[in-house]
Amino acid sequence: MGSLRVTDLQRPGLGPVSLSIGPGETLCVHGSSGSGKTLLLRAIADLDPNQGQVTLDELIREKTPAAQWRRAVMYLAPEAHWWAEQARPHAPAWPEAMLSALGLDMNTLDREIRLLSSGERQRLALIRALVREPRVLLLDEPTANLDPHSTEAAEKLIGDYLQQHAAAALWITHDPAQRARVATHVRQMDRGNLL
Amino acid sequence: MNEATFIALDSKDLLIAAGLLLLAGALSWRLQLDVERRLLIAAARSTVQLLLLGLILHTIFASQSPWLITLVMTVMLGVAGYEAWSRQTRRLRGWWGYGTGTLSMLLSSFTIAVMSVAIILQPSPWYHPQYLIPLLGMMLGNTMTGIAVAMDTLGRETWSRRGEIEARLMLGDLPGLAIGDIRRGALRAGLIPIINSMTTAGVVSLPGMMTGQILAGGDPFEAAKYQLMILFLIAAGTALGSASAVVIMSRRLFDERDRLRLDRLH
Repeated sequence: MGSLRVTDLQRPGLGPVSLSIGPGETLCVHGSSGSGKTLLLRAIADLDPNQGQVTLDELIREKTPAAQWRRAVMYLAPEAHWWAEQARPHAPAWPEAMLSALGLDMNTLDREIRLLSSGERQRLALIRALVREPRVLLLDEPTANLDPHSTEAAEKLIGDYLQQHAAAALWITHDPAQRARVATHVRQMDRGNLL
Repeated sequence: MNEATFIALDSKDLLIAAGLLLLAGALSWRLQLDVERRLLIAAARSTVQLLLLGLILHTIFASQSPWLITLVMTVMLGVAGYEAWSRQTRRLRGWWGYGTGTLSMLLSSFTIAVMSVAIILQPSPWYHPQYLIPLLGMMLGNTMTGIAVAMDTLGRETWSRRGEIEARLMLGDLPGLAIGDIRRGALRAGLIPIINSMTTAGVVSLPGMMTGQILAGGDPFEAAKYQLMILFLIAAGTALGSASAVVIMSRRLFDERDRLRLDRLH
């Protein structure tokens, strides 16, 4: 289950912001760059110092060990970073089904990451997050580097995941068409505040 | 026992050596190397510093006051801490930057120097400055380098690889795992100099302390034993000091919510 509740979240340049997302729902957030969308997602994942209450079902963020919180409420950066040379060591498992759903195969895992295209890296980063089975996905332009075909595949993979795990998603996207396809709710961000 | 004698230097001997230095200065001037001024200033500085140290040690050896010895040792530790701090490019802000290196040297070289004098050498009284102060100087000089290199590597690597560290935090890894590779690399970098000097000791380089003892008329085999003890103590001190500095500093780079806090670095 993933029922996320955010109350009066703030840090310099952000908020106070309140929002809630239910299981299986996707809240799309849009707004001009610099409006604080990334700050909001990083604050929910507790990656930067911030104030406010965040709860996930029965979990209270401040009372949950930080690593456990981030495994449950997972932030996906627009540009993924990799600490090993190949993708394989970055996840405990790479399900064949997920790879093929995104048009990748097992060989991709053993190629040098710096030689992969930005689209391939973005798709691998999505799988690396999903196999850890988070209950909330904080997606920061997850399809920015993908062509229309791959974008559609990624949207379907994420949508299926949310349904199967009753997980929630907070999805940043600039594309109105994508919002129309994936959002259950839409909100706009402006100068650090959610409208 | 070898009947070698100690030849005391008089001012004439020092002047001959200084004359050779002037030759080097003249060479720099002739070849337009533009280092003659710095060469002379450095020579003058070392003259003043070493003669002053000789005088101070002379007084301390004569008085043997524990308070005076403690004071000199504290000053040495403080200066070594500053030196280790100033050699880092990305250092911790505030007192953490100076404190981490200094505390690590206190834990390692200070304790090891005092322990080895009290347990291994056992002079009387046990804090005899003739043993304690040179030993501490050796320990500080070497662990300072190791600690500075380890902390400098940790700071710079954390800064440039922050994306990797945060990526691991985002995926739910603990800070220790997220910065583990960088921490190990920093510690390794700190230990390389002493490993190298142990490897080449006696083959390529004749270590300074052994040279000094031989020139002072000591038996070369006795000098070798002393040098070995010093090398082991330095290696142990560098390992302990660098490890404690790296542990303290890498903990400071994360906060109570396991966030990477680069704002704590300069």
